[in-house]
Amino acid sequence: MNPKIQTRELSFYYGKVQALNRVSLSINEHQITALIGPSGCGKTTFLRLLNRMNDTIPEVRLSGEVLLDGQNIYQPGVDVVEVRQRVGMVFQQPNPFPKSIYANVAFGPRMLGMNRQLNLDEVVEKSLRAAALWDEVKDNLNKSGAALSGGQQQRLCIARVLAVEPEVILMDEPCSALDPLSTLKIEELMQALKKRYTIVIVTHNMQQAARVSEWTGFFLLGEMLEYRSTQELFTRPQDKRTEDYISGRFG
Amino acid sequence: MRLSPKSTQRLSWKLIWAAGIITVLILVFLVSYVLTKGLAVISPEFLLTPPEGGLSGAGGISSCIVATLWLIAITMAILTPLGIGAAIYLTEYAPDNRFTHFIRYSVELLAGVPSIVFGLFGFAIFVLVLHFNYSILAGALTLICLLLPFLVRSTEEAMRAIPLSQREAALALGATKWQTVVHVVLPAALPGIVTGIILCVGGAIAESACLYVTMGGSAAMPTSFLSGGRTLAVHVFYLAMETNALDKALATGAVLILIILMLNLITKWLSRHLQAKMEGG
Amino acid sequence: MSRYFIDRISKRGVFTLAMVAFLILVFVAVFMLRESLPALSKIGLGNILLGVKWYPSHDSFGILTMVAGSLVVTLLALAMAVPLAIGCAIFLAEVAPPRIRRITRPAVELLVGIPSVVYGLVGMIVLCPLIARFSGIGSGSSVLAAAIVLAIMVLPTITSISEDSIRAVPAQYKEGALALGATPWQTIRHVILPAAHRGIIAAIVLGTGRAIGETMAMVMVIGNSPVFPTNLFAPARTLTGNIAVEIAAATGLHESALFTTGLVLFIVIMIINSFGLIAYRRAK
Repeated sequence: MNPKIQTRELSFYYGKVQALNRVSLSINEHQITALIGPSGCGKTTFLRLLNRMNDTIPEVRLSGEVLLDGQNIYQPGVDVVEVRQRVGMVFQQPNPFPKSIYANVAFGPRMLGMNRQLNLDEVVEKSLRAAALWDEVKDNLNKSGAALSGGQQQRLCIARVLAVEPEVILMDEPCSALDPLSTLKIEELMQALKKRYTIVIVTHNMQQAARVSEWTGFFLLGEMLEYRSTQELFTRPQDKRTEDYISGRFG
Repeated sequence: MRLSPKSTQRLSWKLIWAAGIITVLILVFLVSYVLTKGLAVISPEFLLTPPEGGLSGAGGISSCIVATLWLIAITMAILTPLGIGAAIYLTEYAPDNRFTHFIRYSVELLAGVPSIVFGLFGFAIFVLVLHFNYSILAGALTLICLLLPFLVRSTEEAMRAIPLSQREAALALGATKWQTVVHVVLPAALPGIVTGIILCVGGAIAESACLYVTMGGSAAMPTSFLSGGRTLAVHVFYLAMETNALDKALATGAVLILIILMLNLITKWLSRHLQAKMEGG
Repeated sequence: MSRYFIDRISKRGVFTLAMVAFLILVFVAVFMLRESLPALSKIGLGNILLGVKWYPSHDSFGILTMVAGSLVVTLLALAMAVPLAIGCAIFLAEVAPPRIRRITRPAVELLVGIPSVVYGLVGMIVLCPLIARFSGIGSGSSVLAAAIVLAIMVLPTITSISEDSIRAVPAQYKEGALALGATPWQTIRHVILPAAHRGIIAAIVLGTGRAIGETMAMVMVIGNSPVFPTNLFAPARTLTGNIAVEIAAATGLHESALFTTGLVLFIVIMIINSFGLIAYRRAK
């Protein structure tokens, strides 16, 4: 199996505070990798390093490498904007733009100048279909994205990411603001999407990690303690702390 | 003597009602006085003839309307890009360092400087040193210095109110920083920015001190932006101080109040309209 | 043009605009200082600040009378306006029926934007004759007229900002106090006003700045004689009025002395703002 993304000895600091300590892991193509751990363990920080979202925060420092298809995305001369197009992101709180549903999905292609080669209507329909939202909104494409329910908003955000044709999709606790039914829909969606995309999901919900992912990494205090196949990690954890966490003794 | 809570309540409520009523009455009196006395004088002829100027109160206000429009046009044409551009830099690009803090502090500081101080500056620089003489241009440039801190601040405030998650969403989709600013931040901040711009127009219309010392107060119809002139507000001052035509001063005042009222209504309508447009699709 | 190119150019563009804006403002400050220097060096700061005679034709440029004029008029105006404005703000935010509120709120907002010359004009036409008749001296252009006009001018500003900050107090605070059996007034006095403290102070500081800086309305009703404001019913002159009235005819040392007047005004405003800031921070 090809690693789509590989991190090597990745450390990260907010000012003088170290948030990540030498994390190395490989993320397989067309599979779902879950990152779990208690709040503040560095899993979200780690996720945001995979598409350089942390670049927007002042006074941070990084050492180590993040390889996307073997190329270090932190190398000088790498185009951040292109990295983010290839590695899309869905955030914890649904954050649709205060624009129409159509404009939300078309935003990425428009910004990338893809609308010159593509039929935007088709892209919008295809993306909304892939995000399992099309049937619910096809008659209201001019309605504001902000007027949708929370679960629909999050699927709109996923459709918006799909429209720029990324290779990897990062999801930062995508269901934490949603009700169980919407959560289920997103989880089903992830299963459908992994055929075409590589997915990394951060979650504090261990059942969710167990349900959706092939691989799971356990983070604690900025270190990745254990990384193995989901089934193994949840049935035969090697580290005592992992076992304590998944059996609900802390966090 | 200590009052019981009940009697304190009664007394304080009376005082609060009194304060409310007195304030409202004063303000209602002021506006209705100017409007009733002024509207009686206003006629098409008043609006369409220029004032005679000098010690005569005869004539209308046409040249003052034209001068006011010239002034607003030049001022806003320069002020808007300058103020909004500076605000974009300060909110979206400026590094969080001492220099940025210093810039912000100077903007803050200058927002409180009285207009006559800017007038003094404008008089010395634009009228004398740069030889624009008493002119609409000199007035406009002075006005820009006066309004710039306000516009930068109000635009910054509007842009800061847009959550970081909106910017992150756009960046994560592969938009460049500038695309994020233009296509996400500015549209969302538009109601606030537009309100700030209209307030600047209102400020330009209401302003008198810094224009009195830079535009010269000629009553003639301006022919170019290098002509001198008097805005409506400055005309009120001239009529009141140098002529006996207090009725015409009141009429000009009434015109000013109506313009400000209109601007307020436009602001309300625009911001509601823009808000609805954003929320409804 | 690629979007990357636009991105780079635009960043430089807005940076340039910010620098231009900043340099304009720095230039204003530096220029004011430079133009004041001749008067400061020839006459001396002490003689200007503490001098009581302003006779430009004799190169005598003391501004103490005008400093006093500005301060007295402003303090009188605040003494009238602040209680009234805070009372009105409480009235609008907590007491008035919604129907009244719906009309008064936009009305107060409108009044914030009305040109100061209109206030001055009404003061001239209505107030000055009243004062003249009452006091029996002069035309009625006086310290009192100026103070009243100024009070009315800052009334909407202080009212609307105070009202905003009273409204911003969370409803739970109020409900908590009322649920404990406090009267509405006790709730306002001990819960709402302390919580809205900072906004109200900011409103007063802003109103004070506006009052000190007001020019044309003052010129219209204060009479503009450069004498001490010892008599409420007699004329005086403000720092702002001094500049407005004389700048057009001033040259040389006279002009420089007017710049010094501007500088003093600038410093007074800065002191007021810093006081406001300190009070604002303490209130928290």
